[in-house]
Amino acid sequence: MSLAHRIIPCLDTDGERVVKGVNFVGLRDAGDPIALAARYNAEGADELVVLDIAASRDRRPTFLETIRRVAAELAIPLTAGGGIRTLEDGRAVVRAGADKVTVNTAAVERPELISELSREFGAQAVVLAIDAKRAGAHWDVMVRGGRESASLDAVKWAQIGVAAGAGEILLTSVDRDGTQIGFDVMLTAAISKAVTVPVIASGGAKSPEHFVEIFLQGTADAALAASIFHDDVQSIRALKEFLAARGVEVRLPC
Amino acid sequence: MKVTILDYGGGNVPSVERALQRLGAESHRSDSPECISKADALLLPGVGHYAALVRALDEKYLRAPLVEAIHRGVPFLGICLGLQVLFKSSEEAAQVQGLNILPGIVSALPSHVKLPHMGWNQLEKKCESSLLEGIDPGSYFYFAHSYAALDSNGSTVATCSHGAEFSAVIEQKNIYAVQFHPEKSGDPGARVLQNFLRRSA
Repeated sequence: MSLAHRIIPCLDTDGERVVKGVNFVGLRDAGDPIALAARYNAEGADELVVLDIAASRDRRPTFLETIRRVAAELAIPLTAGGGIRTLEDGRAVVRAGADKVTVNTAAVERPELISELSREFGAQAVVLAIDAKRAGAHWDVMVRGGRESASLDAVKWAQIGVAAGAGEILLTSVDRDGTQIGFDVMLTAAISKAVTVPVIASGGAKSPEHFVEIFLQGTADAALAASIFHDDVQSIRALKEFLAARGVEVRLPC
Repeated sequence: MKVTILDYGGGNVPSVERALQRLGAESHRSDSPECISKADALLLPGVGHYAALVRALDEKYLRAPLVEAIHRGVPFLGICLGLQVLFKSSEEAAQVQGLNILPGIVSALPSHVKLPHMGWNQLEKKCESSLLEGIDPGSYFYFAHSYAALDSNGSTVATCSHGAEFSAVIEQKNIYAVQFHPEKSGDPGARVLQNFLRRSA
């Protein structure tokens, strides 16, 4: 009896529709977030993440409405984010029905944002999203949708973020994102070892073997993927059965 | 029977409401002392900081009517922080006093494991439980917390472990409380809520 490893589908949205792209560019439509949320809830997803990757101010009400409608479909936790810059932005997302809020670029620019959210909602509700890219012997934190380097060491930033009040790290490998060649095991293991909070690995998943790897070697607490679930390349149920057979503790849906 | 959800300003009220709605139960939110005194059944959801919940209860004058209703035998369900606040105090906020309905205090989970204890975990049943009636013993429930009631007492009917064993389900007469989030725990979670509703009817 111990904590199950979580499988988390992610809906990258333009506020209203699910979109997808490789290495953060070349977006295309991938479906209706509400229908996908209902499907993943029924298939045994352990959580759902919904991101507004466009994060434009004038589309914000549309995104909040998407969160409300997605939340209504779920009997599992919901994390939402993208463009969260202030405590007020975080509040709006929580009020719309999210259990956790992710922060990324704005937290790099102003780390107090993490503390403000953590004080108001508790550390368990604050997810620090880190987009990391290999740079020589270390990993650089990337901001603005993975396009710009923040000239910050990813391991150090994770530790700073946790000290500031983040209760979880959503770690995306910019190098692996959209490639389907497997999670970045080294990056994930390095961050997971460096922090005291759970780490969600993201970027590069395709085969069930990739998930075994990221849990056993990468010591991830949860693994996130998008297109392989949206496109039915991988069913969540079959993935969990595979993991259980390989000795990875997961919550098997009944 | 209508469930009164204490809306002290915390985050998970809408998801609790939705979970009750799916079960066809009537509920309404309230932060008024009068409504709490008149409630048929009370539900205290809770996320965030222990001090924030306690302060909100005091600032809104909800402490006395809540304690009084519980002592009067009104069915009560506490979720997460709503379980923790039943105790005398918590290490999370030593400066404030809990409702002191159950003996003991709430402590930090040990630091050799990843905290918060976040995700799906299983329970160990200690004795017969009304809330867990009809639920498969292997079921997983969703937890998200760093503090817990570590000294299980006579009212603990099921425990969970994360670094240390802690009270996951508490039942004592009309008092029911769970450390996990039934509103986020899929079908087994819905069953816990349904069992509470049945007990309250």
